Amino acid sequence: MKKAKLLLEDGSEYDGYSFGSERSTSGELVFYTAMTGYPESLTDPSYKGQILVPTYPMIGNYGVPDDEFENGVSKYFESEKIHCSALIISDYSEKYSHWDSARSLGTWLKQNGVPGLCGIDTRALTKKLRNNGALLAKIVFEGEDVDFYDPNDDNLVAQVSTKEVKTYGTGKYKVLLVDCGMKNNILRCLLKHDVTVKRVPWDYDFIGEDYDGLFISNGPGNPAMCTETISNLKKAIADDRPIMGICLGNQLLALASGAKTYKLKYGHRGHNQPVLVPGSHKCFITSQNHGFAIDEKTLCADWRPLFVNLNDGTNEGIEHVSKPFFSTQFHPEASSGPVDTEPLFSRFVESIKQWKNEQ
Amino acid sequence: METILLLGSGALKIGQSGEFDYSGSQALKALKEEGRRTILINPNIATVQTSEGIADTTYFLPVTPEFVEKVIAKEHPDAIMLSFGGQTALNCGVELYRQGILEKYGVKVLGTPVQAIINTEDREIFAEMMKSIGVKTARSEAVNSIDEALRVVREIGYPVIVRAAYTLGGLGSGFCSNDDELRELAASAFTYSPQILIEESLKGWKEIEYEVVRDRYDNCITVCNMENFDPLGIHTGESIVVAPSQTLSDHEYHRLREIAIKIIRHVGIVGECNVQYALDPNSDDYRVIEVNARLSRSSALASKATGYPLAFVAAKLGLGFGLDEIRNSVTRVTSACFEPALDYVVCKIPRWDLGKFEGVSKLLGSSMKSVGEVMAIGRSFEEAIQKGLRMVGQGLRGFVGNSVTVPDVDSELRNPTDKRIIAIALAFSQGYSVDQLHDITKIDKWFLQRLENIWLFSRNLAEVKELGELDHELMLKAKRMGFSDWQIGHFVACGKDVAPSVMGMTIRKHRKSLGILPCVKQIDTLAGEYPAQSNYLYFTYNGDENDISYEKDGRSVIVLGSGSYRIGSSVEFDWCGVTAVKKVREMGYRAIMVNYNPETVSTDYDICDRLYFDELSLEKVLDVCDLESPLGVIVSTGGQIPNNLALPLAEQGIRILGTSAQSIDMAEDREKFSEMCDRLGIDQPRWKELSNVEDVNSFADEVGLPIMIRPSYVLSGAAMKVVSSRSELEDSLRNAAVVSQEHPVVATEFIQRAKEVEIDAVAQDGEVKCYAISEHIEFAGVHSGDATVVFPAQKLYFETVRRIKKVSCRIAKELNISGPFNIQFLAKDNELRVIECNLRASRSFPFVSKITKFNFIGMATEIMLGKQVESYSKTFADIDYVGVKCSQFSFARLLHADPILGVDMASTGEVACIGDNYYEALLKSMLSVGYRIPDKSKGILISSGPSYSKVEMLDATRMLRDSGYRIYATGGTAAFLAENGIESQTVHWPDSDKKPNVLDILREHRVDLVINIPKNYSSREIDNGFAIRRSAIDYNIPLITNARLAGAFIYALCRIGIDGLAVKPWNEY
Repeated sequence: MKKAKLLLEDGSEYDGYSFGSERSTSGELVFYTAMTGYPESLTDPSYKGQILVPTYPMIGNYGVPDDEFENGVSKYFESEKIHCSALIISDYSEKYSHWDSARSLGTWLKQNGVPGLCGIDTRALTKKLRNNGALLAKIVFEGEDVDFYDPNDDNLVAQVSTKEVKTYGTGKYKVLLVDCGMKNNILRCLLKHDVTVKRVPWDYDFIGEDYDGLFISNGPGNPAMCTETISNLKKAIADDRPIMGICLGNQLLALASGAKTYKLKYGHRGHNQPVLVPGSHKCFITSQNHGFAIDEKTLCADWRPLFVNLNDGTNEGIEHVSKPFFSTQFHPEASSGPVDTEPLFSRFVESIKQWKNEQ
Repeated sequence: METILLLGSGALKIGQSGEFDYSGSQALKALKEEGRRTILINPNIATVQTSEGIADTTYFLPVTPEFVEKVIAKEHPDAIMLSFGGQTALNCGVELYRQGILEKYGVKVLGTPVQAIINTEDREIFAEMMKSIGVKTARSEAVNSIDEALRVVREIGYPVIVRAAYTLGGLGSGFCSNDDELRELAASAFTYSPQILIEESLKGWKEIEYEVVRDRYDNCITVCNMENFDPLGIHTGESIVVAPSQTLSDHEYHRLREIAIKIIRHVGIVGECNVQYALDPNSDDYRVIEVNARLSRSSALASKATGYPLAFVAAKLGLGFGLDEIRNSVTRVTSACFEPALDYVVCKIPRWDLGKFEGVSKLLGSSMKSVGEVMAIGRSFEEAIQKGLRMVGQGLRGFVGNSVTVPDVDSELRNPTDKRIIAIALAFSQGYSVDQLHDITKIDKWFLQRLENIWLFSRNLAEVKELGELDHELMLKAKRMGFSDWQIGHFVACGKDVAPSVMGMTIRKHRKSLGILPCVKQIDTLAGEYPAQSNYLYFTYNGDENDISYEKDGRSVIVLGSGSYRIGSSVEFDWCGVTAVKKVREMGYRAIMVNYNPETVSTDYDICDRLYFDELSLEKVLDVCDLESPLGVIVSTGGQIPNNLALPLAEQGIRILGTSAQSIDMAEDREKFSEMCDRLGIDQPRWKELSNVEDVNSFADEVGLPIMIRPSYVLSGAAMKVVSSRSELEDSLRNAAVVSQEHPVVATEFIQRAKEVEIDAVAQDGEVKCYAISEHIEFAGVHSGDATVVFPAQKLYFETVRRIKKVSCRIAKELNISGPFNIQFLAKDNELRVIECNLRASRSFPFVSKITKFNFIGMATEIMLGKQVESYSKTFADIDYVGVKCSQFSFARLLHADPILGVDMASTGEVACIGDNYYEALLKSMLSVGYRIPDKSKGILISSGPSYSKVEMLDATRMLRDSGYRIYATGGTAAFLAENGIESQTVHWPDSDKKPNVLDILREHRVDLVINIPKNYSSREIDNGFAIRRSAIDYNIPLITNARLAGAFIYALCRIGIDGLAVKPWNEY
């Protein structure tokens, strides 16, 4: 295996061995604590511009499935390609074993032009990120230096959002899905219901469209970059049609309602984040992947928290006090991660039905 | 204040081991924290949970409905907890519920409702429940007869699995692939249970487990999932298990997780439960195999694997708390409502002791035979499994580099035994590919690929001609793959004449000179996401930074644990270790524990200041010492493993606290010890180390038969044997493999009908400060770990006692003992001989400490830390009650093993009960290990062996007759009884055609107790005796094979009876 270095903006250096594409690259270094789901995570557009550090040491064990499609949606992946900039792990499984795998993780990374390094103390790296917050980093192969790159300065949503309008399903209710870097499983979860989904670009002006419910997807980076989406949403919340948002969608909804968001020190990325319904004993284990959060103190009077994080008390979702609008910071669509909160999709579709009935 | 009764699990046995000491201790701690008064019933006196200050009131009584009812009637508890004492407590709880006893006394069941437990235990109800929520279970049908079983198989098709309902760890279960096998297995299963299950076989599927928690608000989490290395077909207790799962995709992981939560909600668990799955390796099809609605071995493993205190949390949930109201006790800042993220892998490996049993089948299958387990932690699978294989403690250097052989690798792979993993290593060297191995074993290729990595790498090491070639890269890779310094030394030194121990230290020095050191990582439940003050640590070479910094103030005291439970070393040493650690902390030192047994309390990270969950090897203990710069190391509270490390550690300049390593060696080394005894004028039975058959014969001539033969290459007395005839001697020498210069045997004079007496004592600077003398009920010849022990000794001559004290003081002085020690004596006609001397705590330390209520280990620890202590003045004459310790055997699980007691230890656990007199204590104690008061409507079978035991049994037999029991006896015994005026029904030997045959009356359960005293003469008697003993075990009829024990039991039974047993807690004695 070829050697390469991981360099951090604070000057620290780590030696590793390359198992992916052999090219230097840079981005924001973040860790995630999920123990499974690397094919899903790597294709999650929310990781655009980031160098991923799974805390679980052995990665690649069950290989990577083939590129198959079902109803126009990738069968196994969360988008059509790998979005993160690179992968840093401790121990790489060059050989793999699973009935539906078609290639090794390394092969897949190479096919996507994404570098991967192994042999690195990922726990030490995680502790550094925990203490310093997310850091810029670069992977450097000998003789090929690159500059550090801060993805938060760019409009990443514009880079990963769909470029065209596409329609899925033939159900009764019309859902307009604003794709800010959507994970395919949002689509799969919606399509389990009696809906037709119209997927539109992040800056698509949907005001005046005929839809029954509005869905704002997840996506990468700083929500403040999505000024077009926010201004569209401001108009949408003046209306009464149901709205659901996930992750970035949650932050955008909050910004549209007048609340503020901020960058967390190192974010929540994993499958084990507990969220509580305020004022109850009801909690859920959720899949999360975000670096920004809603500042709950800035919520306007007609919005209230829907979930809070049991560990650090940060906001995990909001709802409107009277209208059928709600959003979550976590990922009810899971993939990867626990599926406990998938019923929230039903809540959304039910609210559409109810709204339709009242018309 | 609310009073809560908690049921313990009793003696350790196969399928139910130390994990329940851990879970009960945690539960009691949680209850105490919430201000509840606690009552514990558990006859297992060696446990931590039955120590002072854990429960408010402790009863050393059998965990059976009769006794529990009596305790309830006396104590009026408000509530009871059933899920912390294994299947024993659960079954007892279900019975109490069914008999309406809980209702009668108004005792609430906390946690999972009993009906929910019953629903999960009854497979038919369970299958129906699962069907109703769309969860797949294996196709199966419950049947009540063999004919019905045959009919069901016509529908399901072979192969099928037969299971008995309501049994421990798969007892009475197995696979059948034809009618004959089915008939045989079903017949045996019906003896354990009136109903058996015939199930579709899922052999070759992956076996996956989830540990699930639910609170009364319906919040659910899965704390951990685990994947079996071996596919379905090998009991999870017999399989290597990894956590988290390694070969499951996210979709599979979370699908099974979702189903587990669906199940726990539907069943209505409040607390913890375990869900086991079969997962098709070729599709995403699955089946739920079973649900354990209680803390289990797997949940103890999951707790240790993740750092999530499952039992503690389950107890709080039982009190009605929500998961959101409980803190994560590792981070202390985050919630207990979360799912641990691991950044390491753990590997559990079973420990078998099948070599200890004559005739036992070594095949692994759907019922459990292992006696203990180890857990290894690493950041690669290779690192974890190699550590684990060394931890198992059966002489392995790791996955490769072993001298253990397997005669037929192919057959071993097809019919796995305890040597399966060795066979895989050998298969690689014989050219088997991963694909071939997978086809034969169905072990997932990923595991085999990783094992192949180790094997391939060892080839690289073997090419290293001299140390200089072992460069940084190669050395680091070796360590990252879990090679030990010794193991590396073994490979590079191939063909060289260097002692392994020397080579190991050479490699260590070389490695350190290359700057390659292990790093210490924390287990913090959140993979580093939150800062944690966790003191739960392990070593890895897959990393380059330590998680903690060290004080280096010389106030660390390292206490070495006892390793995996096995025959001869069990929970008693965990008690000793935990007690020492507590004392160390109390005295203001930092207590550091090293141990790797997930079934223990000593590996609970809140017991000590720092826990290294790692190997008890010279290499790793030196690593700990390098980091801790300790005051010293305590080697005397963890049994034989740490004891053996004393000298090597001392040679590396590590301070051994207490008795010096040289003295320990003096007691361990047979020659040196004998020399010392001779010098001090202390008698020992005559012995000799002999390296050829002629010498053995002439030794036998010299001392006379019988003699005891111990092959010296086997540790801890395995394959030890007493031979009483020339032909037996020849047989045993043949069986002891090759007697040679390298493999000599030790022959010892065997004194018949001698009493065995033990002293447990603590000395300071050679002066005895406290002691306890106990005697065995059985005569010498039954291993001290199997014997029934009485303390204080009731039937010793004063003269004998005086001599014991004198000899013990003399030895203590000579060896300048500072700490615990134990000496075993043979006493006959006031003559005393020393048979063993250990300068460490023995297995009876918790027993004598709890009976005297004086903590021997506490005092020993004070002494080892240099505190001057006062002598404990009470003598055993001051104690006006008696403790009797009984052994628990697990023969039922050891198919074909002869349930006979000998000089080699066979018991897997023990209990001890207290009585106002000897017989009361004995009866309670025996009832605690599964003996029962024989049913008067049934008879008692007596086959009383040699003439002296016939005489010995006479009074007892008369008593049985007078109490109205019907006596069945085999030929010779019946004649002898008739001569002495006792009528009995003669039954014929198993090999006879005549009726009534002894096997018939056993099969028909016409007797409720079997007394079979073996004679050692003709092979016919041996075979017949075996058939009787084995049938008794297989038909679940209590068996006694020792005349003295049988006599005592019968006396207690007839004179004291169940009504004569006082229900008194420990503190009322």
